[in-house]
Amino acid sequence: MDLSQALETVSRSDAGMVRSHNEDSVYLNPALGLAVLADGMGGYNAGEVASGMVTTLLGSELEKAFGRQEPQLQGNDGQRRAHDLLEQEIARANHAVYQAAQSQPQYAGMGTTLVMALFYDNRMTVAHIGDSRLYRLRGEEFLQITRDHSLLQEQIDSGILTPEQARHSQNKNLVTRAVGVDPTVEAEIHDYETSPGDIYLLCSDGLNDMVEDEEIGMTVQMLSANLELAATQLVQMANDNGGRDNVSVILVRIKGEYPAPRGLTGWLGRLLAWFK
Amino acid sequence: MAKLILSMDGMQLKEIPLAKERITIGRKPHNDIQIDNLAISGEHAVIVTILNDAFLEDLDSTNGTQVNGQPIKKHFLQNGDVVELGKYRLKYLKETPQQAAQADFEKTMIIRPEMMPKPAEQGGEKAMPAQPLEMAPPPQPPSPPVLPRGALQVLTGTNAGKELELTKTLTSLGKPGVQVAVITRRPHGYFITHVEGAVFPSVNGKQLDAQAHPLQDHDIIELAGTKMEFFLKS
Repeated sequence: MDLSQALETVSRSDAGMVRSHNEDSVYLNPALGLAVLADGMGGYNAGEVASGMVTTLLGSELEKAFGRQEPQLQGNDGQRRAHDLLEQEIARANHAVYQAAQSQPQYAGMGTTLVMALFYDNRMTVAHIGDSRLYRLRGEEFLQITRDHSLLQEQIDSGILTPEQARHSQNKNLVTRAVGVDPTVEAEIHDYETSPGDIYLLCSDGLNDMVEDEEIGMTVQMLSANLELAATQLVQMANDNGGRDNVSVILVRIKGEYPAPRGLTGWLGRLLAWFK
Repeated sequence: MAKLILSMDGMQLKEIPLAKERITIGRKPHNDIQIDNLAISGEHAVIVTILNDAFLEDLDSTNGTQVNGQPIKKHFLQNGDVVELGKYRLKYLKETPQQAAQADFEKTMIIRPEMMPKPAEQGGEKAMPAQPLEMAPPPQPPSPPVLPRGALQVLTGTNAGKELELTKTLTSLGKPGVQVAVITRRPHGYFITHVEGAVFPSVNGKQLDAQAHPLQDHDIIELAGTKMEFFLKS
């Protein structure tokens, strides 16, 4: 099923004002309903190799996989197929980056964060590793959906730091999970219902470290009629505030319902539509 | 590396670098910072450093610990904080920004559980030192020039005469669904951009395209049938 009628998508990725190259990677496939963003790390250009590998691998492998089976189907364990498939493909991508880092000296120690959303059947499955984020704007409410896998988040969770204090911490850069640094990685995967009008923002920490959440939310809301402009504006705000890191954003707007065709109903529906 | 400056009655006594993950303060000799004074408890307080952040915790001392005049149990130390224990003062100083920049603290790194320093309450455990990293210092971002505050004055229509200060990063103008433009405040000036609607706004009688257009003092904006003057307040 082609979702490009139900979803409006736009992405931007920028090196920022300080870094000489961009180690972030983004991948969009509106027909498949897939958005992937990765923030690479590691010396020289290894960071962009890691993030590029992960976005490309996930994009191509999921495209192949969904040619064979529909994501909304439920497996024996009651989980949606999408859930398992994401888990499986992230594990494979992790393995590929890990192998490359082990076998090529110039890639030693490379890794990447990951945040991705797969839209199907009026819902989405979100997977993330590290401190790249997904936010949701629904009506007036702008909410951070993912929770960072970072030292700072762990300190907030255990009560060492308040979120307010965390803004002044010098330890913003430390992630506790990343793709490609160990033979296996645990992705955090959750399913959410979507509704028409929702806008989803996937971003690297180059945005949310430079621009306050409140400001990000206000921008997405105020420019919601023009996603291209909203994406450009978000990157510009990060750069105007110093742009100390690469900054990448993906915006996805739910334009309408996108229920998956279901068995006979889907087939019947198509037949009826043909008679009209 | 951050450090503490110990003083009493305005006399500087000692400079103590925070070289260890855990630095204890107290009257007894086994403390890292020993203050031999009866107002100080045997084990008075501890400073736990987690990479670049330092936390002060009072160890249920008899006379308590204050930071900047406020009694604390636990405190996230900020540059310039003054810790008071009885008549003694410890000033907490972070490394200067230039030195900090050399560590390139913005660069994302993975921290593994085994090298994660343990928070204060779990106590005692030795954490492995973080790996040294070789990185070039990033250039300092240029400090933006101070931008005079911009404002709009409505010239026509029912709101004629009204003034709107452009204090936010983004100010939207017009009617959603009909015609909307947005004014962005950037470090080097104000810009107007078309957001939605079939008709684009015009500035000084000239219609805009999809690009952001810089606003000059006394520019006349026309949007959804209303004229407004943009001006800079000195």
